[in-house]
Amino acid sequence: MTFPLSKAQRVQMLRKMLEIRFFEEKVFELYGQNLVPGTIHLYAGEEAVAVGVCSSLRQDDYITSTHRGHGHCIAKGAELKRIMAEILGKKTGYCKGKGGSMHIADFAVGMLGATAVVGAGLPIAVGAGLSAKLKKTDQVTACFFGEGASNQGTFHESLNLASAWLLPVVFVCENNLYAMGTRQSRIMNIENISERAAAYGINGECLDGNDVLAVFDASQKAVNLARNGGGPSLIECKTYRRRGHSRVDPAKYRPKEEVEAWLAKDPIKWFKQTLLADGTLSPAETQSLELEVADEVEQAVKFALESPYPAPEEALDDVYG
Amino acid sequence: MGRITYREALRQALRQEMRRDSSVFLLGEDIGKCWGGAFKVTEGLAEEFGDERVRDTPISESTIIGAGVGAAITGMRPVAEIMFGDLSALAMDQIANQAAKIRYMFGGQASCPLVIRTPFGAGVNIASHHSQSLEAWFMHVPGLQVAVPSTPYDAKGLLATAIRGNNPVFFCEHKLLYPIEGEVPEEEYTVPFGVADVKRKGSDVTVVATMYMVHKALKAAAALENEGVNVEVIDPRTLTPLDKKTIIDSVKKTGRMVVVSEDCKTAGVSAEIASIVAEEAIDYLDSAIKRVTAADTPIPFSPPLEQYIIPNEQTIIKAIKEIL
Repeated sequence: MTFPLSKAQRVQMLRKMLEIRFFEEKVFELYGQNLVPGTIHLYAGEEAVAVGVCSSLRQDDYITSTHRGHGHCIAKGAELKRIMAEILGKKTGYCKGKGGSMHIADFAVGMLGATAVVGAGLPIAVGAGLSAKLKKTDQVTACFFGEGASNQGTFHESLNLASAWLLPVVFVCENNLYAMGTRQSRIMNIENISERAAAYGINGECLDGNDVLAVFDASQKAVNLARNGGGPSLIECKTYRRRGHSRVDPAKYRPKEEVEAWLAKDPIKWFKQTLLADGTLSPAETQSLELEVADEVEQAVKFALESPYPAPEEALDDVYG
Repeated sequence: MGRITYREALRQALRQEMRRDSSVFLLGEDIGKCWGGAFKVTEGLAEEFGDERVRDTPISESTIIGAGVGAAITGMRPVAEIMFGDLSALAMDQIANQAAKIRYMFGGQASCPLVIRTPFGAGVNIASHHSQSLEAWFMHVPGLQVAVPSTPYDAKGLLATAIRGNNPVFFCEHKLLYPIEGEVPEEEYTVPFGVADVKRKGSDVTVVATMYMVHKALKAAAALENEGVNVEVIDPRTLTPLDKKTIIDSVKKTGRMVVVSEDCKTAGVSAEIASIVAEEAIDYLDSAIKRVTAADTPIPFSPPLEQYIIPNEQTIIKAIKEIL
């Protein structure tokens, strides 16, 4: 590791990963009980990416997010209860029930919102980077997107512009191998999205996205470069979603062996073992951490379920300012 | 007060707003020192404010607007130029799905004070990809405001309002308006959104016209005056918000309305204005509403073809006479 982490930092990273996992499992459960309107795109399995990247950011740094965004929100420091309330369409949610699962934002922690149009967050991240540059703050923007988004024109436009203007943006490609049901190998003639960085004269790194320490290390390097005026980087994190693309998807297009191999490399299981092995945590401490997080998630569910729906006529508010 | 062109009036607003507020900056293709904008609106601004605040971009419309959105939601006031209105199609996701909806879908947490300036309009023989009038596309997107200035005075005041406001504004200009001259105060001022201007008072018929069509409507009105017809010409100045009251009050007085707009007829600006009057003031109408618009075709190249499909003084006069 280029950037050593304190014990407290490592435990906090595990905690955030557990928050995401338990939260997503609970969302799935609530969905099964017909308590979640619409659809859901669960982040479970990809926790190491959001947590690794956000652990290298300050609170006043920005992130942009995607339709699969719950994990980004949690990792950046948004409150579980208000995320859950938003997913349930409640008035107490971050967006007062107007956004739902695919459009959560918490500007107070630099979470500039999830856009559900694939590839649309990249130009917005460029703009947030431009804003920091013009205001001469040293804020950095991390931009999450999937490998599917890397085939949108906005990927090319955004990396080119961020590179030309040396903007403080870290482009984080969460490569979970499938754009909905379409396997990457069927629609791209390269294996590593990070190779595309060369086309923009920026650093590109490809790494195990289930290894939160590797993600943190690569991200910290890219963040430092961006903060010091060195411009953008592209980090590709190979990862895998535990469930299908969205609620209706049993993901039958994924070969059984592939699923099993990835589940065996589960990011939380791996990190927990690492922390137990190096003595950071004892089994008892791990267990009590898990209980604490599970309780926190339960509290979030309780808050969300008990919260009122917005009054119907609130649908007319917030169109203009 | 001095006589300056519509182009200079826009530039004056940009200059004054950039001097007044350091969060205002410009971005777009060829708007800087080398060119000063395809229609020269931004000429000289890079010299005064530097390349950092007058940013030449690559030909990446989607990211020009998207970068504007990202900057706007993090505290800046960007003014993006799209070289031709037709090219806004390339940035439609960022305009319609992102800029317009960010405030709403995030429950009012964010403002997106982004201004998108772009020229529309036919009349200079540059065919289907550089001549359309697409204002109606943007009227159809809740969350956007749409400004359509027809005079140098309105151009300057509306642009200042657009930049100072907290909503995304689609600011429509017209190629043939850039050289038009008018009286414009040198000092800063704003023209409010949602307040129509009665460009000519009259009692026999209401003509609602926008952008370059305002000038054609005024010529038609002047010609009809010699025949004893008294035409009122109303310029909404902004399509969103739209000043329904001024239009309806005029119709109550005249009992007749012609809407003149350079966009296509179907589902266009004229359709919206006509429906509002039909819905809210039909009892005051003494005859059918007439619409004078471009034909429902792409814009053709050859001069006689182009002239044929765009409204002119004669087609406006004809429509007015049909309902008198």
